[in-house]
Amino acid sequence: MSTVIKTDGLTKRFPRVTALDRLTVEVQPGVVGLVGANGAGKSTLIKILLGLSPATSGTGQVLGLDIATEGPAIRERVGYMPEHDCLPPDVSATEFVVHMARMAGLPAAAARERTADTLRHVGLYEERYRPMGGYSTGMKQRVKLAQALVHDPQLVLLDEPTNGLDPVGRDDMLALIRRVHSDFGISVLVTTHLLGELERTCDHLVVIDGGRLLRSSSTASFTEVTQLLAVEVTDHPTDLGFDADEAVRARLTEAGLTVAPDGSRILLVEIRDDETYDTVRDTVADLGLGLVRLEQRRHRVAEIFADDARSDDARSDDTRTDHADAARTDDARTDAAGGAHDVAAP
Amino acid sequence: MSLPPEAVPGRTAAADSGVIHDIGYRSYRGPRLGRSYATRSLFVQSLRAAYGLGRSGKSKVLPMLVLGVLAVPAVVIVAVAILQHGKQLPLDYPQYLASFSIFIEIFLAAQAPVLMSRDLRYQTVPLYFSRPITRGDYVRAKFGSMVAAMLILMAVPLVVLYLGAVLGGLPLGHNTGHFLYGLVAAVLYAVLFSALGLLIAASTPRRGFGVAAIMGVLAVSSIIAGIVFGLSGGMRAEVPGSAHWSSMLSPSMLVDGLVNQVFGLAGDSRATHAPGALGVAVFAAEIAVLVLGSYWLMLSRYRKI
Repeated sequence: MSTVIKTDGLTKRFPRVTALDRLTVEVQPGVVGLVGANGAGKSTLIKILLGLSPATSGTGQVLGLDIATEGPAIRERVGYMPEHDCLPPDVSATEFVVHMARMAGLPAAAARERTADTLRHVGLYEERYRPMGGYSTGMKQRVKLAQALVHDPQLVLLDEPTNGLDPVGRDDMLALIRRVHSDFGISVLVTTHLLGELERTCDHLVVIDGGRLLRSSSTASFTEVTQLLAVEVTDHPTDLGFDADEAVRARLTEAGLTVAPDGSRILLVEIRDDETYDTVRDTVADLGLGLVRLEQRRHRVAEIFADDARSDDARSDDTRTDHADAARTDDARTDAAGGAHDVAAP
Repeated sequence: MSLPPEAVPGRTAAADSGVIHDIGYRSYRGPRLGRSYATRSLFVQSLRAAYGLGRSGKSKVLPMLVLGVLAVPAVVIVAVAILQHGKQLPLDYPQYLASFSIFIEIFLAAQAPVLMSRDLRYQTVPLYFSRPITRGDYVRAKFGSMVAAMLILMAVPLVVLYLGAVLGGLPLGHNTGHFLYGLVAAVLYAVLFSALGLLIAASTPRRGFGVAAIMGVLAVSSIIAGIVFGLSGGMRAEVPGSAHWSSMLSPSMLVDGLVNQVFGLAGDSRATHAPGALGVAVFAAEIAVLVLGSYWLMLSRYRKI
């Protein structure tokens, strides 16, 4: 199975809004992030992919099965973790997941065995025999993930799996999602409106906004453009009027490095080679300042997303002026994507 | 830790033997039984849930209590009939259900929301629909399990009456016939009550509202039917047949009236019965319309989710 999800001109119109607008996207096996603001059409897309809601126009395939006609077959092979809470509080995780496994067509004995396995894999042990009403948010999210995995699907659709989790729980969940693909061999489509967390987890990102595709490319191409060095220095120990940041910036620029301020006290220095680190160290030492922070930083997906959104506005202007010519529109889209690359790599 | 150093390795080894080893992820290669199996599983699970099985101990109390309350009088009636050497049971099979219909209604009001409102309230419904079963399958399984649960509830006292009567030496033929009348009445009650109860339960995610609404609809409709019955001559010694049209206003009297008329069980003009052949046709049609209409509304209710 080469392509996991494939849509062609997928459009979904509700009486008031257009949730998806001619979405054409192709997703390969792996962990794929579906990124978009709230209301960008992520949940609508998932519903259509599950064959639960018919598209207004356009076609799509999940695991090579047509979404319009083969919904039941798709739902047998796909797992779905909804965004909202979906666990009855008075039953135990084991009972609940066994029931959901049987709903997916597993015979009773297999359902019990798979439930025990899956709950262990998502990290629920003794507590799985207790009613779920007493679970923490992190535990509930694990049960929700378990019920999506229990029938060993070929693809899982995870809708905002990190919602409501604290930073540690978030990292655990992201590591778990990574394992779903690397260890379990299950492809993952994970939606989020938080871009940052996808950088580490996903192989590929699909960015949609207002139901339209902004960009679909590998996470690497989003983030590996340039390596940056975040530098933060102390104030001058004696001379309070001395602007340490400005002095460092001037010296580094003098040394031929590209420096940009980022927020309050952090300078972003573009890494040219290993000597860049030495240059920064020597400069700070020369000035008699203390080095608070010296860390590698990648371009954030968020920055590129912002750039994309900007160039997309430009694109939609193009589109509007030349709406009838579909070929031209496609060209404009390619240009816009290319333009985004340029902006991202200054 | 006052353990001597050499004790530590031994202890660790013992502890290790109890460790569950992570054998890694195993993919599932077994059969996937598909839609009809999943629908059957949902039916069984819901039927069990209706009696509180597979749920907390607390949730078993009410269904079991109602089952007991319905079954115990049957035992008493059988005992009385045998001790008095009567030729008949003091209370006929369909009349038994009509007399205790309040408990059947309580069971419906309490358990229909268990089947419907809970899935809505805890938003479990999308999990079902992201699996092979369709919305139609879901409604079918829930309706089937509610009907089955109510049939069990009513069949138990009827079977007690029948076995008691037969073993106690009461006429076999008469009792078998009337036992079957009772079963027909039970099926009609079960289908009609389940359709109405589940429709009301499916309209609210709050269990309490569901219980109150079902009880309210059944109680208020009975009261209104009673008032209309009285106003149209039900208080007279010789009740005019036209007064019995009032039974159409109450689901329980509707079934009672239809069964009594069809099987000729109405002893006098006061007993609830459908007025004549036209009444039978109208009552039967009303039951069919209520059941099919409720079922259709339930389907369209879930089409939106």
